[in-house]
Amino acid sequence: MQNILASSWVIPFLPFMAFALIGLFLYRWPKLSAAVSILAIGSSLVYSVLVAMAVFSKGPGVFEIAARWLNMPGLQVDMGLLIDPLTAVMLLVVTIVALLVQVYSIGYMHDDPGFASYFAYQSIFAGSMLGLVISNNFGQIFVFWELVGLSSYLLIGFWFGRHSAREAAKKAFITNRVGDFGFLLGILFLQIIFGTLNFSDLSGAIASYTNTAVLITVSLLLLLGPVGKSAQFPLHVWLPDAMEGPTPVSALIHAATMVAAGVYLIARAFFIFNTSPETMMVIAVLGGFTALFAASIALVQNDIKRILAYSTLSQLGYMIMALGVGAMTAGMFHLMTHAFFKSLLFLGAGSVIHALANEQDIWKMGGLHKKMPITTWTFVIGALALSGIPPLSGFWSKDEILLGTFASGHMGLYILGSLVAFMTAFYMFRLIFVAFFGENQAGEHAHESPAVMTVPLIILAVLAVFAGFVGSPLMNYAFAHYITYPGAVHHTPSMTIMLISSALAVSGIFLAWAVYQKQWLDYEELKIKMGGIYLLLYNKYYIDEFYAWLIKHFIDGTARLMEWFDLKVVNGAVNGLAWLTGYLGLNLRYTEDGQVQTYAIYIYAGMVVLIISALCAVFTAIA
Amino acid sequence: MSSLPILSLTLFIPILGAIVIMCMPADRHKPIKYVAAISTLLSLLLSLWTMINYNLTIGGMQFVERIPWIADLGVNYALGVDGISLPLLLLTNLIGFSAVYASWHTAVRVKEYFALLLILITGVMGTFITTDLFIFFLFYEVVVIPIYLLVIMFGSSKRVTKEYAGMKLTIYLLIGSAFLLVGLIALFIKAQGILGFPSMDIATLAQVNYPVGFQIFAYALMAFGFGTLLSMFPFHAWSPDGYAGAPTAVSMIHAGVLKKIGGYGLIRIGLFILPVGAKVIAPIIAVLAIGNVVYAAFICLSQKDLKYIVGYSSVSHMGYVLIGIAALNVISINGAVMMMFAHGVMAALFFAMIGNLYEKSHTRNISDFGGLAHQMPRLAFGFMLAGLVSLGLPGTVNFIGEFTIFVGAFGVYRVISIIAITGIILTALYILRTLGDILFGPRLEKWDHLQDLKGPEMVPLVVLGSAILIGGILPFTVMDFINSGVGQLLSHIASIQIGGIF
Repeated sequence: MQNILASSWVIPFLPFMAFALIGLFLYRWPKLSAAVSILAIGSSLVYSVLVAMAVFSKGPGVFEIAARWLNMPGLQVDMGLLIDPLTAVMLLVVTIVALLVQVYSIGYMHDDPGFASYFAYQSIFAGSMLGLVISNNFGQIFVFWELVGLSSYLLIGFWFGRHSAREAAKKAFITNRVGDFGFLLGILFLQIIFGTLNFSDLSGAIASYTNTAVLITVSLLLLLGPVGKSAQFPLHVWLPDAMEGPTPVSALIHAATMVAAGVYLIARAFFIFNTSPETMMVIAVLGGFTALFAASIALVQNDIKRILAYSTLSQLGYMIMALGVGAMTAGMFHLMTHAFFKSLLFLGAGSVIHALANEQDIWKMGGLHKKMPITTWTFVIGALALSGIPPLSGFWSKDEILLGTFASGHMGLYILGSLVAFMTAFYMFRLIFVAFFGENQAGEHAHESPAVMTVPLIILAVLAVFAGFVGSPLMNYAFAHYITYPGAVHHTPSMTIMLISSALAVSGIFLAWAVYQKQWLDYEELKIKMGGIYLLLYNKYYIDEFYAWLIKHFIDGTARLMEWFDLKVVNGAVNGLAWLTGYLGLNLRYTEDGQVQTYAIYIYAGMVVLIISALCAVFTAIA
Repeated sequence: MSSLPILSLTLFIPILGAIVIMCMPADRHKPIKYVAAISTLLSLLLSLWTMINYNLTIGGMQFVERIPWIADLGVNYALGVDGISLPLLLLTNLIGFSAVYASWHTAVRVKEYFALLLILITGVMGTFITTDLFIFFLFYEVVVIPIYLLVIMFGSSKRVTKEYAGMKLTIYLLIGSAFLLVGLIALFIKAQGILGFPSMDIATLAQVNYPVGFQIFAYALMAFGFGTLLSMFPFHAWSPDGYAGAPTAVSMIHAGVLKKIGGYGLIRIGLFILPVGAKVIAPIIAVLAIGNVVYAAFICLSQKDLKYIVGYSSVSHMGYVLIGIAALNVISINGAVMMMFAHGVMAALFFAMIGNLYEKSHTRNISDFGGLAHQMPRLAFGFMLAGLVSLGLPGTVNFIGEFTIFVGAFGVYRVISIIAITGIILTALYILRTLGDILFGPRLEKWDHLQDLKGPEMVPLVVLGSAILIGGILPFTVMDFINSGVGQLLSHIASIQIGGIF
């Protein structure tokens, strides 16, 4: 048992090896590359299952080992393993989704010229993400945090020939850098104050630390990391653009795993955040706001992937809100169920896009259910789960969040959360009725995707249905038993909350059905009537434009100013000095004219000066 | 310990190579290049050998050689390496070897080019492995001549002419060295007065307890001299113009290692001999370092020429080194030395890639390029690698340096560190913008004729790339040396200081 845990470093190591092998040797053989990559992540999955069995059989507990990495007096950053139930759940989620996505990608990417490098990037992502999950200290987590950012950059910009992909990749990296700036400062504060970055050591040290102002500063700085990585307002702008990457990438990285890393970080470092109520309040409000804000944008988007992207933003906000109100278990539970149904939705969208020759506008789809039954029905299952229809997985986790929010006394956030649940159901079924059941028969020439793509869809659909049971009363809240923190309260479920949220979800679906299927309401007319609001939502509240304006005027303006200063002032001074030297030389040379008379005058003048000064000296001495 | 004078061998093999090249017929291009490659390879292997055989548990100066030279001045031809000089010695040879391959397509005045290059490499190497102040200064001056000749003979004229660039480079180096010389002479005389005998041995000079006023005066001179060499704001103006005008190999060596003599000197001579002076001047250096990090990073955003970007970016990165040196603790100085190593391999790789692209396309304007990854995937990989190192991506050696500096400096200069850390955002911005613009995007047909890296062109990428990744993934391979060297240096200072200033 201990052996399995002690050697669990192979879980991230295998994908990294696959990356190195493909990058160095195998890239000439695309099929072999894919096989190696899938073999690696498959083995990691098997190993994760073994680890999970080991962890859950012995109950809540922590296994930790570390190897020294960067070490000097006063600074120690290890590469370590921290295996507890939280890690085990994350390992399972990441390896399962990564494996399914990679298998699916065989079909989705089959004729892409960059097939081998695609799998290399997938492997480096899997390795980095798994390394992040098993980290036992902040230094290590930061290293892998940045590496998942790199893999995200590489995969968003995978079709680098496209202008938009290149810009989106850049935007993702730089926006994340802004968050990481704060994250890094937070880590530095921890190192300076506590002299360690190790989670266990820190949790001991922080428990007895009393300077609340410092704790608030540090926790807010650390929070900036998750705000960037989990795309919370105001650093959310990169995630919708990240949809430029291949759709399986969106499913894995930008829906299921990497963007959830921020949520995971807050859960992992809950002992820090939890000590300051002010920070928790900020987290809760930020998450709640992002959930609502993103859901409102999702209502009016037309691109199937963007709808899902805003939905991801919104659901991440949900998780963060849960953490903020102290319902860490619920947040992580939703992370897990969301990983399954959201990757299912993205892969389903990918299946559609693949079938329709890269068409992403839902209004140009329609009637797909006849030609693509598996895709359609798995997609519907995913959407039902996301909407929180009982007894699908999303119902249980969403209910836990609403319950936690309600029970902790955040009435405003509870109402907001319920409203978002309604909106979620509406925009998802708007998508489904328009794209899959709409009367537009674009789906005429569509065909169901090959088995290599549909089988992952079916597996994920099964997970989307059943994964929620582990946290439900049916299994006696097994999830909450393992994923928890000292002092957590698990509230007894309230039938009222369950009924309200289910009713809201059903009415959201009904409204979508009424408007987009039955067309009892003319949505085009509605669009015109709501002109201003519609435009505001459609243009994502113009936040991207605002940022672009800021960068153009402030950053680039400063840059031009500095350049001017460097050229004119600094270099001007240097060149001026050079000119002065030359000028003096040019003019003073006339003093050396080679005439004896001139030199005689110099000598004479010199003597006069000397004699006068000597006389002065003598007189002052006498006086 | 080996009885063979291993350091002297490492040092003089390139000179030997230069002499052989000078005796060869000028039109035998290939053999000349082979001689240059072999002699730098031998030095590289020898410095690796030295590193492997260096006894880390003992630490201190090892592989010591000492031959009395000018007894009246206490000058010895003395060599030795410790944990600080070893990584820099390795760096010099990594870059030297790569620089030969980066100039593989040189076609005019090949003989002069490679002979000068080899002399340059020896000059730089000498400063890092000598333990004698006089010899240090001697090698420092040896460097100036080949640099000037190489720039004006083989350089390129863009925004400024190569003559202007060469002159600027040389004059800055000389002004710096003039101040340095004054400082060194003052130090020598003062020490002789206290010791009672003349000595140029750095360790002996460091035993002396100099008066505080003198320390401040002498350190200020050195801070100016070495600071200029390290392109400390506002004495950085030589750097972008100089790199832009210089031929590829010179840019590689200059940005990669020559600049690091400044940082090395500040630690090995300034801090070691004049710790109190260092303590007093340090806050000034830290403030100026912000000028380096942030100001230069902003300028990078508005540059249009690839070489200027790397030139200003190198000014920006040196700010981190300066902050590390100014924070005066083991962690920060460890970080500063690591950063010098890291920046060295990164800048050299960057310049090698730019040089290669320029050689083929005859332009360095960012706006001329786009989508080069279509035609030149390997070159694109090299550029991306250098860029990611530059923005401090974990897993590359630069991150280790930056992170360690931040940890070391954060407790000492809180506000300055925070301002400096914003540099990581700006760096990401200008690097990704630039690389995105030249490498990605739609394929441009006008560059279809460009050949990707192949054969000897791959050598810099492989050599420097390996150093980047090994140092980044297994940082202790380099950091253990640095930590041993810096730790001993600082504990020596602590032991001789009375009153516990440190």
